[in-house]
Amino acid sequence: MLLDADTLRAQARGCGILGAGGGGSPAMGLLASLRALELHGPTTLVDLDDLPDDELVLPMGMVGAPTVAVEKIANGGEARWIVERVEEVTGRKVAALMSSEIGGANGLFPMEFAGALGLPIVDADGMGRAFPEMPMVSMEIAGISPSPCVMSDERGNVLIVHPADGAWLERLCRATAVAFGGRAVSSEYLMSVAEARTGAVRGTVSLAIRIGRALDHAEGDPVEALLREVNGFRLIEGKVVDVDRRVTGGFTRGSAQIDGLRADSGRQLRLELQNENLVALEGERVLATVPDIITVLDTQTGDAVSTELLRYGQRVTVIAFPCDPVWRSEGGLRLTSPRAFGYDFDFRPVEEIHRGRA
Amino acid sequence: MAGPDLRLGVDVGGTHTDAVLLDRAGSIVAKVKTATTVDVTTGIETAIASLLVSSGAAPERITHVMLGTTHATNAVLERRGLERVAVLRIGGPATYAIPPLFGWPEDLRRAVSAGECIVNGGAEFNGDELAAFDGDAVRRFVGSLPDDVRHVAVTSVFAPVLAEHELAAAEIIRALRGDHVHVSLSHEIGSLGLLERENATVLNEALVGVAQAVTSAITQGLASTGLAHAVVYFAQNDGTLMSIADAVRLPVLTIGSGPANSIRGAAFLTGVRDAIVVDVGGTSTDVGVLINGFPRESSFGVSIGGIATNFRMPDLVSIALGGGTVVREADGVVNLGPDSVGYQLTERARIFGGDTWTVSDVAVAIGRAHFGSVGVASSEVMARALAIVDEMVADAVDRVKLSKGEFPLIAVGGGSVLLSDKIPGISEVLRPDDFDVANAVGAAIGTISGQVDRIYQTSSRTRDEVLDEARSEAIAQAVRAGADPHYVEIVELEDIPIAYMTNPAVRVRAKAAGPLAGL
Repeated sequence: MLLDADTLRAQARGCGILGAGGGGSPAMGLLASLRALELHGPTTLVDLDDLPDDELVLPMGMVGAPTVAVEKIANGGEARWIVERVEEVTGRKVAALMSSEIGGANGLFPMEFAGALGLPIVDADGMGRAFPEMPMVSMEIAGISPSPCVMSDERGNVLIVHPADGAWLERLCRATAVAFGGRAVSSEYLMSVAEARTGAVRGTVSLAIRIGRALDHAEGDPVEALLREVNGFRLIEGKVVDVDRRVTGGFTRGSAQIDGLRADSGRQLRLELQNENLVALEGERVLATVPDIITVLDTQTGDAVSTELLRYGQRVTVIAFPCDPVWRSEGGLRLTSPRAFGYDFDFRPVEEIHRGRA
Repeated sequence: MAGPDLRLGVDVGGTHTDAVLLDRAGSIVAKVKTATTVDVTTGIETAIASLLVSSGAAPERITHVMLGTTHATNAVLERRGLERVAVLRIGGPATYAIPPLFGWPEDLRRAVSAGECIVNGGAEFNGDELAAFDGDAVRRFVGSLPDDVRHVAVTSVFAPVLAEHELAAAEIIRALRGDHVHVSLSHEIGSLGLLERENATVLNEALVGVAQAVTSAITQGLASTGLAHAVVYFAQNDGTLMSIADAVRLPVLTIGSGPANSIRGAAFLTGVRDAIVVDVGGTSTDVGVLINGFPRESSFGVSIGGIATNFRMPDLVSIALGGGTVVREADGVVNLGPDSVGYQLTERARIFGGDTWTVSDVAVAIGRAHFGSVGVASSEVMARALAIVDEMVADAVDRVKLSKGEFPLIAVGGGSVLLSDKIPGISEVLRPDDFDVANAVGAAIGTISGQVDRIYQTSSRTRDEVLDEARSEAIAQAVRAGADPHYVEIVELEDIPIAYMTNPAVRVRAKAAGPLAGL
């Protein structure tokens, strides 16, 4: 499939939904990929089955502070400098790029990177959603090494790091992003096409596009159209009545309360956040938890409302839908279950919690 | 003879020009509402002449004239009278991925752009140099422009943190092109967000001609009514004033002044500093929030004529509901608007003998308002229409609030007689005298402000030290702009820690405001 302007716009809406409230706004990534489209023509979206087994797939994304990224947009050459170094260091050919995180801003930027390089982009990513830390990717669970990690800034500085494990990847990359002036483009968990077929979360770019198109073409209730596309559940339709947000340890943490309206009148839902929406609670009852995807939607348009844009009075619908099965595996839950985020209860799949409900 | 003791507030709206005379004590001496004229000057002359007659005041008594206009907004929306602007970005190599004006509506880009260029330079978020400033590239770009290009918009990366490269570029441009070139610098216009700040800076430069035309029309109107001696100020989008020189230099900052004036006017007329303000006009209703005497500003940039910008405007919920909104009934279903008879209310509404049912007719029939020349009877349909009006207002009020709890509501604007006295979440509805000229009153109040929006490192300094620096800088700016140093105070202070940074850094926004010195 060729990623034309309409497709990229639909994808941006979908990446917002898959962000689970985090991942940053896809808007700037969309502008950058539309610009790449104007300069280089459309990027090709390929399936991993259609690429040679032993060539490389490069997961890529932006890391750093969103406040910096709104000023230092990007050079546009970062991906090229990274690919050149990777091919030099590994002696292998790069077949395609991949988004390391489909949810939010990083769902779109790799489209620009691939467009500028004339490389295809694979229909897959490392999360199937957004997560706050770099090692929270399916490749980590599949046992693929984060090393080498190749990072570039907008001047052409390239740093190759060989982190010992995922935790060190996170520490070293953050520090490097700061040294680069607050943001960097990074590629890590490089893998062969054969490894990617089982190590990546597949079909997520086309999923984002389908979600965006479902919203674009919805007749009647856009939320309903979206729920059908993602096999999701409507947790509550209501109004944001309280938002409590603070930044600690580099992360936005807090909670939001939504009071039900219309059919949900009288109900109350509490969302707990750490960059992404982590847990949805009704009283003591858990309605959905990470790693399943909890997204707040504008009730009228069906578009995602990110955690930093939540505010009193918004009319919203909170939905939840199943994450990729990799996150429900033992290794996945070790990284991203409610307990991994400090809660004292276990993960339960959203479709099990809501069994019997449409 | 008394005086000099009066100031004149004028709000030039799309359909009406409102004007008020205030005395030293802040009492309204006279007010007038006239039709806005195409040439601006005539409308202003009519308004001033009528004020002078009704008050019996001699022109010499008027010391200050404060003006609010919508000319800048309309020029962008209608792509009318815009200058052609050379767009210079100092942001290489960090920003090549998205060039200037990318994503602008094609017609507006054609009307405005005289060429675009990115040269090396800019700052990091901590004020370090991002790249060495390439003055030669600036010279080449300016040299390549046709001779008739007289406007340049300059935006550098992290200019709100460090504006050095913008200032250096301005110097080069002036050296090459002489005094007839006009330059807008982004650090004077917008906050963080390169593309949005750049858009606002380009729009600003494109509006310079419109601003010059309006200010000279107004100066002419003042001269012919005997007010040539008065000091002139313009209202900006935070409800405070700027000098006529700044209004010509920074016209984009007047774009949100209409709603800001009515919110400030509502505060002045009631003496209330925290409230919801509902301004009901003929076609639409703006609901805003008054916090500590100022309009609450939106936390996100606003889009003007299809362009994303990031300068701050009053946070409003606008609904298509006004005194002239048309009421229809079909098969038992009552519908309101969104169309309105607008300024033709006194010809087309039933209460004035016309043939169209409007929200004003409904309010009069139910007994909520008392005006018009023809009686209309109440009916079931009208009761339902009024219920819809109340529901729309209640919904807008609730959307604009940021927390639970009850607030007072100030009703202003000619159509505000339509509002119910009982609105959910509202403790009381305040209806000041002179509610119909709140805009012009808001302009006449005469407050001057100064603002800071910057990123500070907090590794070597305490939070308090950083906040102190921001406070004094905002105060110094307000005083420089003309505020009375004895009364200037901090009206807003906010610090936001920056996510995903290992070195602690904080974004601080501070705003100081005080009365105009010598008022």
